[in-house]
Amino acid sequence: MAEVLVYVDHVDGAVRKPTLELLTLARRIGEPVAVALGGGAADTAATLAEHGTVKVLTHDAAEYAEYLVVPKVDALQVAYERVSPAAVLVPSSAEGKEIAARLALRIGSGIITDAIDLEAGDEGPVATQSVFAASFVTKSRVSKGTPVITVKPNSAAVEAAPAAGTVEALAVSFSEKATGTKITGRTARESTGRPELTEAAIVLSGGRGVGGAENFALIETLADSLGAAVGASRAAVDAGWYPHTNQVGQTGKSVSPQLYIASGISGAIQHRAGMQTSKTIVAINKDAEAPIFDLVDYGVVGDLFEVVPQLTEEIKARKG
Amino acid sequence: MSLRIVVTVKYVPDATGDRHFADDLTVDRDGVDGLLSELDEYAVEQALRIAEAADAAEVTVLTIGPEDAKDALRKALSMGADKAVHVEDEELHGTDAIGTSLVLAKAIEKAGYDLVISGMASTDGAMGVVPALLAERLGVPQATLLSEVSVEDGTVKGRRDGDAASERLQARLPAVVSVTDQSGEARYPSFKGIMAAKKKPVESWDLADLEIDTEEVGLGGASTTVEAAAERPARAAGTIVRDEGEGGKQLAEFLASQKFI
Repeated sequence: MAEVLVYVDHVDGAVRKPTLELLTLARRIGEPVAVALGGGAADTAATLAEHGTVKVLTHDAAEYAEYLVVPKVDALQVAYERVSPAAVLVPSSAEGKEIAARLALRIGSGIITDAIDLEAGDEGPVATQSVFAASFVTKSRVSKGTPVITVKPNSAAVEAAPAAGTVEALAVSFSEKATGTKITGRTARESTGRPELTEAAIVLSGGRGVGGAENFALIETLADSLGAAVGASRAAVDAGWYPHTNQVGQTGKSVSPQLYIASGISGAIQHRAGMQTSKTIVAINKDAEAPIFDLVDYGVVGDLFEVVPQLTEEIKARKG
Repeated sequence: MSLRIVVTVKYVPDATGDRHFADDLTVDRDGVDGLLSELDEYAVEQALRIAEAADAAEVTVLTIGPEDAKDALRKALSMGADKAVHVEDEELHGTDAIGTSLVLAKAIEKAGYDLVISGMASTDGAMGVVPALLAERLGVPQATLLSEVSVEDGTVKGRRDGDAASERLQARLPAVVSVTDQSGEARYPSFKGIMAAKKKPVESWDLADLEIDTEEVGLGGASTTVEAAAERPARAAGTIVRDEGEGGKQLAEFLASQKFI
């Protein structure tokens, strides 16, 4: 059976959920061979094996943390040449897309980014993408070279599928270009204790209607009652009420959770682009004419300062 | 020596318009008004700020596209860029990201550069990979997705905000940079700027000028194939209630019925 190369996104050996989803999709095409780089790379093996990985290629070097993107491209290229895979799959993070693109160029392949589904096809894997602010769905495939495809979080379920997960060391010698962009400092983001926005099953977002930074506490309290992540519209971010890393929309994150609750968000195209593929959509807005209501499964026309606290109380009461 | 900055910009269908696919499954550029991609305005802005801070600098805006794409160049020139290059060739229709990066890289080399600045992504294709591809093709450092950028003594420095951490980056010129919409509000062209732009030079190059084979670009040269494109089915109309004191409870009831509580 053909092998499929899967690039592993991990934090000190803890595999992030989108990589496990990628393994589910990889198994539709062939046998997953994972590439894990940097500190804790070998620690990823047990989790990867539980989810169908037959082989884990690992390499650690200081360059991965000290220089931007290119060292990882060099390593992925070594793995590609060693495995000769049927496809290369990479999580669709900002960095993942850059790694994938540079690899594709080096190996003479086409690239598809931000796939939301992947299936085997007669002429290679067929990727589903959501385009034009999620108003269209396309099916595409790479027609030149080994397909390089990046896949968005929440595109597949995580499935247990025990496999060998044999760890093998990768021998990487970095190219001259690998040390071109130095990372001179790193400030870790403060953990909120909430799920990662793009990976969360439930996302709650606040917009202009929230009215101020201090009022986001209302949204956060409701989010915590549901174990949800918190997002914000561009209007709220531009007003300085919530961090840009939490922005949902065209120039922020694109999310696709099971449940999306928009509070005080009108639903401009810029916002819809980032949330339209959510499974169930709920909105609370005092303007009955707001375009967000065209998308909802359930909408409440009302003052979010009344509705949100009542909802939070009700959820707490039901959960006892 | 003068700092040569090349800004890559894209002329895109208006995102607030009704965007569609043409019969050959390329983006339909006739049915909807076009404009300079909003995210590229930030690239033009940062180029102008870097140029203003330098002893001597020249900002060239570069685009690929049909005749109308000149509108995007005019906008950038009216913001303050010094000159423009328009790559136009019938054979370019349907070129994918890999092909686009080839044409841009050849044009950037022909124009001459110390610094390339791009937006974080286009607002139509929205892949966000062209800056990385340009760095790979040009063989120069990539300092991408910067929310803050400056150039001093032949070195570009900036801040890249990721999910897990915010990183400070540094690279020697020549380099490729991309900037986010957090990098700084783009200026509006002044009346004087608009008038001055009419007199600024716009060069037109075709594939022959760039010594690119037609087989490497266009729909034929694309390394990806779109097999089908369909409008997302409209979402079924949902239930909408007006809050009359019980809105929160009603919503909780709905969430419970969907097993979210």
